Amino acid sequence: MTFYIISISLLAFVAIYALMGVWAERKISALIQDRVGPVETGKFGLLQTFADIIKLLQKEDIVPTTADKVLFTLAPVLVFTSVFMGFAVLPFSPAYISSNINIGLFYFMAIISIEVVGILMAGWASNNKYAFLGSIRSIAQIIAYEIPAGIAVLSAVMIYQSLNLQEIAFQQGIYAKSDIYFFGFWKVNTVGGFLSWGVFQAPHLFVAAIIYFIASLAEANRTPFDIPEAESELVAGFHVEYSGFKFGALFLAEYAMMFLTSMVLVILFFGAWYSPLPNIAKVQLAEWTNGTYWGIFWILLKTLLIVVLQIWIRWTLPRFRADQLMNFCWKVLIPVSFACLFISAFWKLIVL
Amino acid sequence: MNQSVFYLLSFMTVLFALLVVFSKNPIHSALYMVLTFFTITCHYVLLNAQFLAIVNFIVYMGAIMVLILFAMMFLNLGKDTEPQKPVLLKFAAVIAAGLLLVTIFAALKKTDGGQITGIASNNIGLVKELGKTLFRDFLLPFEIISILLLSAMVGAVLLAKRDTK
Repeated sequence: MTFYIISISLLAFVAIYALMGVWAERKISALIQDRVGPVETGKFGLLQTFADIIKLLQKEDIVPTTADKVLFTLAPVLVFTSVFMGFAVLPFSPAYISSNINIGLFYFMAIISIEVVGILMAGWASNNKYAFLGSIRSIAQIIAYEIPAGIAVLSAVMIYQSLNLQEIAFQQGIYAKSDIYFFGFWKVNTVGGFLSWGVFQAPHLFVAAIIYFIASLAEANRTPFDIPEAESELVAGFHVEYSGFKFGALFLAEYAMMFLTSMVLVILFFGAWYSPLPNIAKVQLAEWTNGTYWGIFWILLKTLLIVVLQIWIRWTLPRFRADQLMNFCWKVLIPVSFACLFISAFWKLIVL
Repeated sequence: MNQSVFYLLSFMTVLFALLVVFSKNPIHSALYMVLTFFTITCHYVLLNAQFLAIVNFIVYMGAIMVLILFAMMFLNLGKDTEPQKPVLLKFAAVIAAGLLLVTIFAALKKTDGGQITGIASNNIGLVKELGKTLFRDFLLPFEIISILLLSAMVGAVLLAKRDTK
C-alpha cells in the first residue's frame, strides 16, 4: 500500500514541479530580458501554466496519417516512464528512499540511456524530416555526453566507494560512518555542514561536478545544448508532430529530467540531504538542522537552486553549433573527466 | 513465484526474438530486439546479478541498439524491394545454419539437466564480488579481452581517420 502512496505522491510532485518549473522559467526569462512575464492569471501569474495545461489537454490529439501509429503513441509514454523510473532510487532524506538498491547510481545511468530509444521512436515514427533530424541530433548528443557524465560520476564513486545513492549521501556529513576529511587534511566528521560535502572532500571533485552539470544540461536537451529542438532550424525538433496530451507528456519528461539530473548532482557532490550549516563550537547548527523533514527540505532546496541555475543558463547563453558541441565533448570534457578519474584513484591511494 | 516469473520471461524472450526475425519493418524488428534485451536483463535480475543486469541494460539496450537503429536509418533499408540472393548463397546459408543446429544439439546433449545447485552467496552479483572474481580468478582473460578491445578501438580510429593526402 505504501508503495502506491509513495509512487503516486512522487508522480503528483513531478507534475506540480513541472508546472511550477515552466512558470519559473517564464518568470526568470522575463527578469533576464527585462520584461514582466505572465501576470494576468492568479497572483504573479502563478496559475498561468495550470491554465495552459488545461488548454493543452483539451486540444485535439493529432496523429499524422503517414506516421507509424503504434510507435508514435508509445514514444511519449516510454520517454516519460523512463525518466520517472529514475526517481525510484533517489534518497529524499536519511529515512526515506523508495528503493535502496546497491547499484542505484548505475541504474540511474541506465534509465537515461533508455530515454534515447524513446526519442528515436518519436522522431522516426513522426515521419517528418524535422522531427527525424531533431531526434538524430538529440541522440548523438545524449550518447556523446553520457561518457563524460559517467566518468565524472565514477570519479566521485571512487572516493565514496559505493554505488548506492543513500550510502553516498550518508558519507557527506555528520552521520558518516567512515572518516571524512576536508580536502584531505582536516577531519570533519563532527563539524559537518558544507565543509563535509563531496566537492570539499577532494578538490578535483569540483571539476567533476562542473563536468557532470554541463553533461546533464546536454542530456536534458537544455540550452546551450538545445540543437535537437533548435526553433530557428528545426521548427521544434523531435516533438514537432506531437499535440495534446502526448506533447504534455514529452514536456513533463523534459522538466522531470532536469530535476532528476540536478538531484543526482546534489546527491553526489553537494551533500545530498545534509544541511549546509556546520557545527561551530557550542552552536550545533548541523545537529539542529539535520533529520528526516529537514533532509527533504534541504535536498529540494538545493535541487531547485540547480534547476534555477539551468534556467538562468538557458536565457543567458546562445546555442552551440553541432560541430562545436561534439568538439567540446570529445576534446575537452572527456579528457578532463579522465584526468579527474585518475586523480581520484591517486587521491584514494595516497592522500586518504 | 520465481519460477513462474522465469517461465513468463523466457516465453517473452523467445516471442520477441521471433518477432525480430519475422517483422517486415527493420525499425520494428530493431525495437523488438530492444525488448528481447530487456527481458534478458530481467533474467539477470532474477539470478541476483544486478550489476550485470544494469550493464546489459546500458550497453546493449542503450548504446548498441541505438547504433544499430542509426545504421538502419542511414542505410535506408525501408524499401520492400530486397535484392534476390543467388541460389548458391541460400544453399550455403542452409548448410551453415544446419551445422550450428548440430553443434547446439551436441552441446545440449552433453549437459546433465535437472541438477540445480544453489547460489553460493547472496552477494554474488554485486560489484565488489564481481570485481574480486574478475581480478583474482579471471585476471588473464580479463586482460586479454581489454587488449582485444583496444585493438578494435585502434582499428576504428584508423578507419575513421581522414586521409592526409
